[in-house]
Amino acid sequence: MTELFGVPIQALLGQLMLGLVNGSFYAILSLGLAVIFGMLNIVNFAHGALYMVGAFFAWMLLNYAGINYWAALVIAPLGVALIGVVIEKTMLQWLRQLDHLYGLLLTFGLALILEGVFREFYGSSGLPYDLPDVFKGVFDLGFMMLPKYRIWVIVMSFVLCLFTWYVIEKTKLGAYLRAGTENAQLVQAFGINVPLMITLTYAFGVGLAGLAGVMAAPIYQVSPLMGSNIIIVVFAVVVIGGMGSILGSILTGLGLGLIEGLTKVFFAEASTTVVFVIMAIVLLLRPAGLFGREK
Amino acid sequence: MRQTILYAGLLLALLVAPWIGYPVFLMKALCFALFASAFNLLIGFTGLLSFGHAMFFGFAAYVAGHAAKVWGLTPEVAILCGTLSATGIGVLTGWLAVRRQGIYFAMVTLALAQMIYFLCVQAPFTYAEDGIQSIPRGQLLGVIGLGDDMVMYYFVMAIFVAAFALIYRIVHSPFGQVLKSIRENEARALSLGYQVDRYKLMAFVLSATLAGLAGATKTLALGLATLTDVGWQMSGEVVLMTLLGGMGTILGPSVGAIIIVAMQNYLADLGSWVTTIMGATFVVCVLVFRRGIVGEIAHRFERKA
Repeated sequence: MTELFGVPIQALLGQLMLGLVNGSFYAILSLGLAVIFGMLNIVNFAHGALYMVGAFFAWMLLNYAGINYWAALVIAPLGVALIGVVIEKTMLQWLRQLDHLYGLLLTFGLALILEGVFREFYGSSGLPYDLPDVFKGVFDLGFMMLPKYRIWVIVMSFVLCLFTWYVIEKTKLGAYLRAGTENAQLVQAFGINVPLMITLTYAFGVGLAGLAGVMAAPIYQVSPLMGSNIIIVVFAVVVIGGMGSILGSILTGLGLGLIEGLTKVFFAEASTTVVFVIMAIVLLLRPAGLFGREK
Repeated sequence: MRQTILYAGLLLALLVAPWIGYPVFLMKALCFALFASAFNLLIGFTGLLSFGHAMFFGFAAYVAGHAAKVWGLTPEVAILCGTLSATGIGVLTGWLAVRRQGIYFAMVTLALAQMIYFLCVQAPFTYAEDGIQSIPRGQLLGVIGLGDDMVMYYFVMAIFVAAFALIYRIVHSPFGQVLKSIRENEARALSLGYQVDRYKLMAFVLSATLAGLAGATKTLALGLATLTDVGWQMSGEVVLMTLLGGMGTILGPSVGAIIIVAMQNYLADLGSWVTTIMGATFVVCVLVFRRGIVGEIAHRFERKA
């Protein structure tokens, strides 16, 4: 059997694979958003922009300093996390007592600043990032070709998601975090440095976005616009999944990536809108989101 | 009394403005002032942050442009078509969006607007990247030619003043009071027996309709409708205009709109720095200037009194 519903199986599997790769990025980004929202009560609009900055850091390290992919995988996310610390300490900190909307507006402003600066210096056409030699080529499974790098991205994001889930749900640090989410004042009274925890949470969340950016650099073109393009889809993912659950964010991200891939095969015109349509349907049937709880 | 003098003065200023300034710029500023005022009806008086208002503005712009250029309708009918199309989208998206509150409401509206954006990219009548260009202004009621910038200006001004008066009336009506009570304390409004979701939806549709009116008018005034009008950046711009001028004040959004439009006009040579400057304005407003210009002035006056 080489065809399924009139579509060659190879093409179908190829698109599913691509969908899974996109889904991995949705999962990592919505996971970061959920972690930040849980602790800071802020929807981080700058998340997409910081993902873009992560990709640019990797590109700059390679092209200006000759530092390779593996080192960039560590350095770039740390750089982005450092930016996160600065943002949290100098700005977000002052918004804690205010309406959540102000956090969204402030981070939106930050996203505009970052996008504007990078567009000014690098234009908006996109820059290629060379794959490391190890990842060039494909695995030939007989019935389909698997590009090595895509496998790496999927495995890597799976590990990342699992790691984050483990830290938050199973470790002592995670327990403090979850307790801080429920009642920060009480946790503070127990002698835990809550402001530091908040700063580190934000840094970790945006660091994840930066890491996703490095991983995305060889697949997509490194472009100042890559952040705003993905963040809106990720917002829809978050609305569908609800931000209450870590596992929920991961599953929703991966699932929607797959659905997007399938749509590309069967109904290509709708592939840009399918996530939003699903969001509308979920809003109709389960307004709180698939994994969410009404507050 | 002081208010009456203020509004009379502003009306007078609007009447003389085109003799002093550049009419096309003024028309653009008025359209955005109306857009921001419509947006403010939602954020300022109902407490709902919509991050997708460009869908009403931009889609109405396309419909009005299509109606005027391809169907050859007179300008007032073309604007009506555009406005009603925004009402339609407003009913559908509002019905979905009011199911979620607070921060989710913002994300839902942003996502729905992005869906409309992609529809506009693909739909044939929008001419994708090119947009609808050289849209004729036509003749008002089939009689008065609007080709002259001065005549067009007074037409745009009449629309703005009428819509502004309507917004003023809505805000100061019993309906507007209910909206404000929802903004202040939704649970209490609900417990007092108001069907909160229905009020929110009505406010949303009104706001969408007026945003559509602004978009449709802008299309005829400037002669083009493009993807810029429906993009998320436009949704962000209208938020910034309102924030800068003062959320929840009647005149604030107009002041903010005029400043931003002027800024874009004079800084156009700076390219991408305009985006950066707008972002920085956002950050400064949120950190130290949350009342906005008009809000700050009103606050000073109140303290003195």
